[in-house]
Amino acid sequence: MTVRKNQVQLTATEKRRFVDALLELKRNGQYDTFVTTHNAFIMSDTDNGDRVGHRSPSFLPWHRRYLIEFERQLQAVDPAVALPYWDWRTDRTAGSSLWAADFLGGTGRARDGQVMDGPFSLASGGWPLTVGVDGRGFLRRSLGAGGRQLPTRAEVDSVLAMSTYDAPPWNSASDGFRNHLEGWRGANLHNRVHVWVGGQMGTGVSPNDPVFWLHHAFIDKLWAEWQARHPGSSYLPAAGTPNVVDLHDTMRPWNDVTPADMLDHTRHYTYDTVA
Amino acid sequence: MPELTRRRALGAAASALAGLAVADLVIAGPSRAEASVPNASDPVAFDEVFLGRRIQGGAASHEGGHHHGGGYRVRIDGDELHVMRNADGSWISVVNHYETFATPRAVARAAVRELQGADLVPLVLA
Repeated sequence: MTVRKNQVQLTATEKRRFVDALLELKRNGQYDTFVTTHNAFIMSDTDNGDRVGHRSPSFLPWHRRYLIEFERQLQAVDPAVALPYWDWRTDRTAGSSLWAADFLGGTGRARDGQVMDGPFSLASGGWPLTVGVDGRGFLRRSLGAGGRQLPTRAEVDSVLAMSTYDAPPWNSASDGFRNHLEGWRGANLHNRVHVWVGGQMGTGVSPNDPVFWLHHAFIDKLWAEWQARHPGSSYLPAAGTPNVVDLHDTMRPWNDVTPADMLDHTRHYTYDTVA
Repeated sequence: MPELTRRRALGAAASALAGLAVADLVIAGPSRAEASVPNASDPVAFDEVFLGRRIQGGAASHEGGHHHGGGYRVRIDGDELHVMRNADGSWISVVNHYETFATPRAVARAAVRELQGADLVPLVLA
């Protein structure tokens, strides 16, 4: 069974094998298909139209399935690899071991935002960016630029306390747990972390930065923590909602999985700490 | 189609003003128009040079393609910047996708800062 661990707990060997598997998916072309898929959804999910991957109730089950697909590809390269998660409540500075040269590399240089160290730098040669919104073919970051702060534990707790999963109009204007976790309303958790990292992470092609997976693995874990806190609360809406994925509707692009299928993550993986 | 007519009129007026180098001086309080945008049905058109890049925004002609700005289109040096309007009236673009801005002009300016001189490339939906 796959166990997803806090990235600070990874051994040097686990870090190296995770990085090597990422580099192999990049080399064989599979990595970029994930970037393309994410961007296609982010550009087409709209508040008043069809919405599946973002700004909608299925934000959480969609990303759960998307990460499972990605993790399976990593495991096809190295069966020992699992997606780690980044708990940005506690691991909240650019000085974190997450950003060391033996793992994801650090922030970008001032001139052009280019990441200069680690396995995903331009100089390393193994991480060309081919799916982009502009012509720059190198990974960029601006960790915490402008004095931005990552969400605090108190802010996360305030969102986890919301007992209603989601609410009409089921989009970026909604009240409830999902939209507050996604960040279009209130304390702003998920969206703010994308902006804090900067570079490609702030764009529609955010999976170009490997930290995307660690960020979303933690968002996924927060969903599991929310479920544990609110056992009587369920995914909403239940049925008959135009443009929105109801509990038993299938989700694009897979068309063989529903939110109901994604509610129990333990069928696919567990976490190193109980929710 | 009173709404379409109004949008055209507004776009035409704004374009005419933007054509003047002193547009911002001519319009009494240009921010007044933008400040009302989140609850207005039609954002104003604009055409200016910002940090050396030409940024333009206005009602889109029906050329097809994918854009979700409610028929509003933004360009940087002639290349389309994919923008989207949120339910609360704020805006995002594919370059700043997780951060909202009050107006299309603000989202275009944020994209210029983010691009640091790089050209946009067309993105095709899968």
